[in-house]
Amino acid sequence: MRREIVLKIQRQERPGAPAAWQEFRLPYRPRLNLIACLQEIARRPVDAAGRAVTPIAYESACLEEVCGSCSMRVNGVPMQACSTLVDNLPDGTITLEPLSKFPLVRDLIVDRTPMFEGLKRVRGWIPIEGTYDLGPAPRRAPAEQGEAYDYSRCMTCGCCMEACPNFSGHAPERFVGPAPLGQAYYFLLNPTGRMEEGERLEALMGRGGITACGNAQNCAAVCPKEIPLTDAIARLNRQVNRRWLARLFGG
Amino acid sequence: MSAQPRFLVVGGGLAGLMATIKIAERGHPVALFSVVPVKRSHSACAQGGINAAVNIKGENDSPEIHCYDTVKGGDFLAHQPPVRSMTLEAPKIIYLLDRMGVPFSRTGEGDLDFRRFGGTLYHRTAFAGASTGQQLLYALDEQVRRYEVEGLVQKYEGWEFLGPILAAPGGPCCGIVALDLRAMKIEAFPADAVILATGGLGVVYGRSTNSVICTGSAAAAAYLEGARFGNAEMVQIHPTAIPGEDKMRLMSESARGEGGRVWVPRKKGDTRDPKEIPEAERWYFLEEKYPKFGNLVPRDIGSREIYHVCVDLGLGVGGENQVYLDLTHKSREFLDRRLGSILEIYEQFVGDDPRTVPMRIFPAIHYSMGGLWVDYEKTPDGYYDPASPRNHMTNLPGLYAAGECEYQYHGANRLGANALLSCIYAGLVSGPAATIYAAQGTAQRAAEQPSSLFDDAARRWRDRFERLRRMQGRENARTLHRELGDLMIDNVTIVRTNANLDRTDDTISGFMERWKEIGVTDTGDWSNQELPFVNQLDNMLQLARLITRSARLRDESRGAHYKPEFPARDDANWLKSTIATHTPRGPEFSFEEIDTSLLKPVARKYD
Repeated sequence: MRREIVLKIQRQERPGAPAAWQEFRLPYRPRLNLIACLQEIARRPVDAAGRAVTPIAYESACLEEVCGSCSMRVNGVPMQACSTLVDNLPDGTITLEPLSKFPLVRDLIVDRTPMFEGLKRVRGWIPIEGTYDLGPAPRRAPAEQGEAYDYSRCMTCGCCMEACPNFSGHAPERFVGPAPLGQAYYFLLNPTGRMEEGERLEALMGRGGITACGNAQNCAAVCPKEIPLTDAIARLNRQVNRRWLARLFGG
Repeated sequence: MSAQPRFLVVGGGLAGLMATIKIAERGHPVALFSVVPVKRSHSACAQGGINAAVNIKGENDSPEIHCYDTVKGGDFLAHQPPVRSMTLEAPKIIYLLDRMGVPFSRTGEGDLDFRRFGGTLYHRTAFAGASTGQQLLYALDEQVRRYEVEGLVQKYEGWEFLGPILAAPGGPCCGIVALDLRAMKIEAFPADAVILATGGLGVVYGRSTNSVICTGSAAAAAYLEGARFGNAEMVQIHPTAIPGEDKMRLMSESARGEGGRVWVPRKKGDTRDPKEIPEAERWYFLEEKYPKFGNLVPRDIGSREIYHVCVDLGLGVGGENQVYLDLTHKSREFLDRRLGSILEIYEQFVGDDPRTVPMRIFPAIHYSMGGLWVDYEKTPDGYYDPASPRNHMTNLPGLYAAGECEYQYHGANRLGANALLSCIYAGLVSGPAATIYAAQGTAQRAAEQPSSLFDDAARRWRDRFERLRRMQGRENARTLHRELGDLMIDNVTIVRTNANLDRTDDTISGFMERWKEIGVTDTGDWSNQELPFVNQLDNMLQLARLITRSARLRDESRGAHYKPEFPARDDANWLKSTIATHTPRGPEFSFEEIDTSLLKPVARKYD
């Protein structure tokens, strides 16, 4: 049973500056999550040795695991800080580190732009004609909606990208990464999205596309929304292969 | 400078994204500013759904009835032509979102499904599981990304709006000053029209259901530069939230829409496991008092009843401020399909499984009906005039407001699932209105302004931030903020008395003095999160004052605003909006008649 919370946090003032650990001690209360801990440190930015420090820079917004802001490595594993309760972590010091696969900005903040660029590459949108009144969309079977809904919950938090051995935000051209691939699959589930099937699949071919996936399957394991990313990637892979063969044989 | 008009949208939630799409669709480039990547905006937190009288359940629902429910739900404080225009457009908005690929939940036949929500007897709420705001936000985010790829939209994510640039006091607005939150650089951006879509102000109350970014700071900054602020006292308390140390997490109204029942043990201090308490010993107080609407009374009423049961009667579960919200009579399969994402939130943060154990909930600050005053122009038959540049314009020409940051659609109380609708609709209206304004010969173009206007504006803000950086007092900004939140929650929420409001106003004055004694611990020039917060806190104090004083003035009870000293609605004296205008001496108030040309105010009953 914890009596106090000990947090060891990696600090780094800016890109290229040296990184260092700082330790903080907070009184234990039940049901505290990690953002509540960081908020408490901000109200009294003093480390475990009693030294005044600058408040820890971190991203957060919704605090209910739907915005994807507060991704960080907790005891080495990428997760959302807001939905991680101290009570659910093993006793002992809790370490907080920034995601390592993205360029560091400051302390626990990283630059996740490469993921949003990935969404551009996979044409992550439905090509509607315009916002004027064109009546309802085609009917969709509840089962198809159910499958699409699972993928629509991707918060672009980056946990899967962090866990993926093939992705690096420092060299994003090597692999677009699991989150954008999950979205590519999501848009192919949509009847209007499917109308562009050819372009969508071709966007996944070539350098950094789907063939750069090494099938480590780490992505689905760390997804806070339990999105079946490996299923999406496997199915996309089959579709891309079929497309490639068809093109090869002029089909 | 180019002849092409320049449009700036501030805020990337539903309202801002929709306004951006409408402007880009007309072929104009748009610069979109947001403190966070737009995909992380607070719209994502909306859970239950979006209202539209599509009428696929054979109930003879119609936009006119939706309008009536909305106006009555708002206790007749909303101007009626905008509400009617919104409800008429609502079904088309649902179809548009459907076409954009929102994975709305379906009936067995593959049609859009609709569920019930508070304040109506119709199945009118379209939904995507129980995370509808997230799916809607992403659909609009995706369309904006498409325009970004085409080069029409330029995003400034991680930039904070500091204030508008006015050619003269009273306008017109010719641009904005914004802060790059990473490089801590302050720049002026000229524009021919600016749309503020900066969201709510729940963070003024410290802990609320809002995201930590919902400080209301941007709207306050516009107010301080002369934009009028309407109905600040109308702050919605959501009946069902999960209390937490860092925030109050929303438990969507859809939990009741899908059959959730609110109850407490009839016996005070009953310590039995809720499942051991027989039906006869449970008090389903909402169902008993409101047989017609039951658990789906409007939010102001639900919150007051829960407060009454806990605080006045002392019947809260375990003697604490909490009541049961019970879904355990529904099947696991049904709950997972219809409400999965919100039940997961409860499970994750509380540790109990709401499919087998009744949830414990209490009301929390949720939504601001009040906000920046905006104009509209109506046609003779009582709808928005689509050709008018005045729709959604603040009193500062060229400065528009859309979404929760304005006061237009909800009167004194918002109906559940009308927020997503009003935000998208406000974007649909304000975007085109801004383009009409910018095309007018009479509009003063930013390009015609002297460059000193922009240089001076930027310099004023740089000086201000330099002063913030040098603050060396003993107060901690985050601690002062927490005290402000506690003060507001204790005094300006469900039950308001004039004595408490006067005291609160005095305390806020004291806080404003203490703000000057803040000591800044981070003086760095890279991703410094403390300096912007100190600036926001200054603005939040202004909003706290506005809310408190507006509440003090309104000596009646209407919607979310309840004063036991004046327990009835008083249409003879108070059927009017509270309008605040900033002066160096503090807010000055005036009152605006309500356009009730479509529906005559009637007693608001739900039993």
